[in-house]
Amino acid sequence: MIEEQTIIAVMPETLVAETRKMRDQGYRLVQICVTRLGEELQLDYTFDLNRKFVNFRFLQPKIGARVPSVSGIYWCAFTYENEISDLFGVQVDGNALDFKGTFYKTAMKHPFIQDAAPASVPAPAKPGDK
Amino acid sequence: MGTRTIIPFGPQHPVLPEPIHIDLVVEDEKVVEAVPSIGFIHRGLEKLVEKKDYIEYVYVAERICGICSFIHGQTYCQGIEEIMKIEIPTRAKYLRTIWGELSRIHSHLLWAGLMADAFGFESLFMHTWRVREQVLDLIEATTGGRVIFGSCKVGGARRDIPPEQMAWLLKELEVIEKEMRLIVDIFMNDNSVKHRLCGVGVISREDAILLGAVGPTLRGSGVADDMRLLKYAAFGELDFEPISKTDGDSYSRCAVRCSELFQSVDLIRQAAAKMPAGEIAVKVTGNPDGEFFSRVEQPRGEVVYYIKGNGTKNLTRFRARTPTFANVPPLVKMLAGCELADVPVLVLTIDPCISCTER
Repeated sequence: MIEEQTIIAVMPETLVAETRKMRDQGYRLVQICVTRLGEELQLDYTFDLNRKFVNFRFLQPKIGARVPSVSGIYWCAFTYENEISDLFGVQVDGNALDFKGTFYKTAMKHPFIQDAAPASVPAPAKPGDK
Repeated sequence: MGTRTIIPFGPQHPVLPEPIHIDLVVEDEKVVEAVPSIGFIHRGLEKLVEKKDYIEYVYVAERICGICSFIHGQTYCQGIEEIMKIEIPTRAKYLRTIWGELSRIHSHLLWAGLMADAFGFESLFMHTWRVREQVLDLIEATTGGRVIFGSCKVGGARRDIPPEQMAWLLKELEVIEKEMRLIVDIFMNDNSVKHRLCGVGVISREDAILLGAVGPTLRGSGVADDMRLLKYAAFGELDFEPISKTDGDSYSRCAVRCSELFQSVDLIRQAAAKMPAGEIAVKVTGNPDGEFFSRVEQPRGEVVYYIKGNGTKNLTRFRARTPTFANVPPLVKMLAGCELADVPVLVLTIDPCISCTER
């Protein structure tokens, strides 16, 4: 394994307080990431201090996900929070620089919580296929 | 307080090869606030992972960006290999290291040329890009591609560098190194260059960390952090210390990149000397089931891939946090308070790659 990766379960209600502790210890906010897991969204907040990797994780419903902003602690979080809002429809309360859905110019609203469209091009034939 | 005016910078601008837009709020000639706007060419490549086989997806990952394409492919393969617990051959690790460092040299030279162009030093721009072509020749000779290498795959490498070709590569690198010394001498010592860079766009060490800066933008502010210290690929067997500068200004960020040119040459020499003979790939069977955050140092800084597999050939999630995306907030911070004429230079000191950002 290249590195140990610590994943800690947190509650949305304690996210801001826990994030503040990370800042006070000197951690850098690496990223905020959302993953769709069926009807739920998995939210990951990743931090790093001298290559020590710590990740906060919690779940939210796919429709109506709502989280508090951490941009008051790490101002740079505004980019990630606008991203998860535009691509996944996560409502972020208190974003320091809220683009209100215009951070990405997408053809459809919240594209990353939509089911993948079926491939329009048929799979290439394999040797032996008729 | 003077009259405030908003000047739109981009998305099309002579210093920007790719579209990014910044609303500059200015009072006379001083920028008091900058509001970035991206997303003009967002491609949704992360979503494509739901339709592509995880083995095929390395081709998509490589096409996230045309400058650090190889390292994108490497980061992806490394993540899949971690999930599937695949131990790749040692020779493949060294090959990845050599191609990664060649990518860094050509990326930094590309940036240096654009930077010279931004502050109006056209002959330096042309000289820099002439040398970059020589690096691309090395990449083409060893991989078959100048932009997309296609030499990394899950399980190892697709191509080898035979000993005689390695000897030729090292000889050519000597010539390139001499040429780079001439260029770097101008970048570091020319009065007109220093006048445009010294004391401009200062980011303190504390701000760099709080703003999530990565790569030369972070190291230019005195934080000696570099993901190569994680010892991925062959870095655990090479002598490597991150390069950092403490002034936090545009000159420091340039100095970090200039020094890294020679560091990469040294790393390639070390890797070539230590690379063992043997296989370059292992057979991969099965599908990834698990998750991993794959972190690699690209020329512009740390790239983070989150990869989550579900035991099928399609991944559940692929997410790329690219270095330029992380360096947008530091850019906004350094623009506030600068002179309007310094904006193009400051934008280029983070070495923006919008193609990466709009993955």
